[in-house]
Amino acid sequence: MRYTSPARLSLRFTSQSFSLLIAFGCLSWVCLAPALASAAKVEDQVAALKAVGAEGAGNPKASEAWKQLSQADAADLPAILAGLDDANPLAANWLRASVDSIAERELRKGAKLPAADLEKFTLDTSHAPRARRLAFEWLCRADKTAADRLIPKMLNDPSIEFRRDAVARLLTEAETLATDKKKDAAAEVYRRALGGARDLDQVQEIVKKLETFGQTVDVPAHFGYLMEWKLIGPFDNTEEKGFDVVNPPESELKFTAEYPGKSGPVKWIDHVTEDDYGKVDLNKALLKANGVTAYATTEFTAAEALPIELRLATVCANKIWLNGELISANKVYHAGEKIDQYIARGKLKKGKNVILVKILQNEQKEEWAQDWDFKLRVCDATGTAVLSKDRPASKPKAAADKEQAAK
Amino acid sequence: MRQSLIRCVLLSAACVVLCGADWLHFRGSDNRSISTDSLPTAIAKDDSGTDRSVAWKTALPGRGVSSPIVVGGKAIVTSTSGYNQDRLHVVSIDTKTGETEWERQFWATGRTLCHPTSSVAAPSPSSDGKRIYAFFSSNDLACLDLEGNLLWYRGLTHDFPTAANDVGMSASPLAMGDTVIVQVENKGNSFAAGLDAKTGETRWKLPRKADMNWTSPAVLRGKTRAEDLVLLQSPDRLSAHNPKTGEQVWSYEVACSSISSPVAEGDKIYVPSAGVTALRYLPDAKVAEKLWSSNALSPSNVSPIIHQGRVYVLNGSGVLLCGDATTGDVKWKTRLKGPYWATPVIAGDHIYAFNQAGLVQVVKLGDTAGELVATGNFGDPIFGTPAVADGALYVRTDGQLWKIAAP
Repeated sequence: MRYTSPARLSLRFTSQSFSLLIAFGCLSWVCLAPALASAAKVEDQVAALKAVGAEGAGNPKASEAWKQLSQADAADLPAILAGLDDANPLAANWLRASVDSIAERELRKGAKLPAADLEKFTLDTSHAPRARRLAFEWLCRADKTAADRLIPKMLNDPSIEFRRDAVARLLTEAETLATDKKKDAAAEVYRRALGGARDLDQVQEIVKKLETFGQTVDVPAHFGYLMEWKLIGPFDNTEEKGFDVVNPPESELKFTAEYPGKSGPVKWIDHVTEDDYGKVDLNKALLKANGVTAYATTEFTAAEALPIELRLATVCANKIWLNGELISANKVYHAGEKIDQYIARGKLKKGKNVILVKILQNEQKEEWAQDWDFKLRVCDATGTAVLSKDRPASKPKAAADKEQAAK
Repeated sequence: MRQSLIRCVLLSAACVVLCGADWLHFRGSDNRSISTDSLPTAIAKDDSGTDRSVAWKTALPGRGVSSPIVVGGKAIVTSTSGYNQDRLHVVSIDTKTGETEWERQFWATGRTLCHPTSSVAAPSPSSDGKRIYAFFSSNDLACLDLEGNLLWYRGLTHDFPTAANDVGMSASPLAMGDTVIVQVENKGNSFAAGLDAKTGETRWKLPRKADMNWTSPAVLRGKTRAEDLVLLQSPDRLSAHNPKTGEQVWSYEVACSSISSPVAEGDKIYVPSAGVTALRYLPDAKVAEKLWSSNALSPSNVSPIIHQGRVYVLNGSGVLLCGDATTGDVKWKTRLKGPYWATPVIAGDHIYAFNQAGLVQVVKLGDTAGELVATGNFGDPIFGTPAVADGALYVRTDGQLWKIAAP
């Protein structure tokens, strides 16, 4: 039997431990290296896709990167989805196509998608709404219970698509209650749905249902339509030449001033619209005419500085200024009108803000080309109304109609 | 060397045969809406509701009015979905089984407003046999290989923000050689462009009249493929260009339709202008001269078809007119049930006309009269011209793709 001194034993132990540590380290490296390398590769490929720009810039490199990225493991999906958070709209499509390609391939070969990771990503509202929605749609393919579990909690989600689904479920629930003659319960559910609804069709459906229960909705306030304006015009827009002409209201807002207009002197008038969707009909408010320009301005008092969207609907050419800064210009005539047709992004300052709109009518003769009007609302990126601090309560249409009928 | 040459010739011949079986663009591989294939005449639902000659029908994601194309045993269809119709789909369907092989989805980077009768999926895809070019009303253009791998992506409204039309854009792209031609004519940034088929980078970009236009580029075949020209029809002219450089070879100034597209056969071009106007291209002089013009042959919304010395149009009243292609004289007319948006197809000696309501009317083309030999009902709106390939008809209704073939 050989005797080993404690010191020597300790040294040997240390030496063995060190060897074990090295061995463990090597083993770990062998196991982790491919994963780390893969993660690094995915990161590089995502970066290459995010580098695409206007007019085809970066396409050849992105094409190479896409080929490799589309071979990535399903486990890499959350990392690729996260790339969407700050991707430009073109890059977003490259990334989306890689996610779809990977997920489609995995399902086709009978493999499972990383449902837990996809769900975690879906619920993480710090990610871009579109990225979360994409994760959710593949999650639903992997877990048939996902929609029923998650959607009902998404009534106030930053993603409009999630909200829409949540509202749709409430509408079904309310309809069932209404059919069962549970009027109060149905109305309560419709009210809850209205709180989340941002899409026009859903809001209109809810308003109509609530009206059948004798309840009214302040539709202009729900959307954030601007109802009170000062208007001036018509200025000249013969041969559509007025778009770039700087008429006096673009330089100064003096409401007592009088300026030469197209067919005589023009001055500012006050105008309040009663339309539920904030329609300002310039043919009625000013003068029915063609080849003309009008300006509309209003003040907006913000409780705090915040980014907002000014969403305009009009069939006429238009420009929008916020506090003197031009934030939108669209020289398009009579090519359709839809809610939120033009979205201009700007930032409100705390206190008084000035919004100025220029609306131009051309000289088309067709009956369908005679509208000269606009609707403008103020909201955040989700379409949630942002209201001026001093906004008076608008009279809901149903109440106004009732009042009119009583008269 | 000799063996290589023989191999090359055989390969080319095989390619011609294969490509001949494909239907690569809007209105077919030569944009002429004709096929030598013989098709069944009893198709879709008869009066008793029985499906006839339906090989399969496959549901499409979302809706659309674009035409299918057929390439390498795949039917490629585009559609759009979502509340704002801003989800763009490209679907590949196995022509043998009707199974969806792959689907790619993109987010529109341009405007998605359009008239209710149209769709963001209005332009038809195009292919050069190796790649697919899927274009949308939002001016998004995705290039994919036949397996659905993304090769490049362009957002032409993203690049040129005023290039848009809120009624909807519909000009289909045209792959010619190694260039993809797009016609983006509208009241904003109005242009035609040739993009490198491999990278999507812009080869040429020509300004066009700032006016709304929905016509598609068409091929004017030369003696060799290198001499092929692309025809661009605008409301004020028809011009012919070198597809690779965009160089204008000739231009014929005349008021043209902004909806139906030109068709060429040999050196003759039939332009939807004052009814139909026939031109002859003189390559040595690089000019086009007028042969005849016929107001009686008004093609309304569909494009004319030239077949065996005859010109066929469907007018606004739903009347099928047959004219002499050398004189423009009307030879016969047959009243059908309209209205029509889909350009009909001629296969064998029958013309297949699909009206807006989804009714197909099959007319046997005779020398002195057309005989309505069969009708069938698809029960779903049809706005896109069908494709004919490998003895089958591929009909795109709003929500489905149908394969019609003899059992």
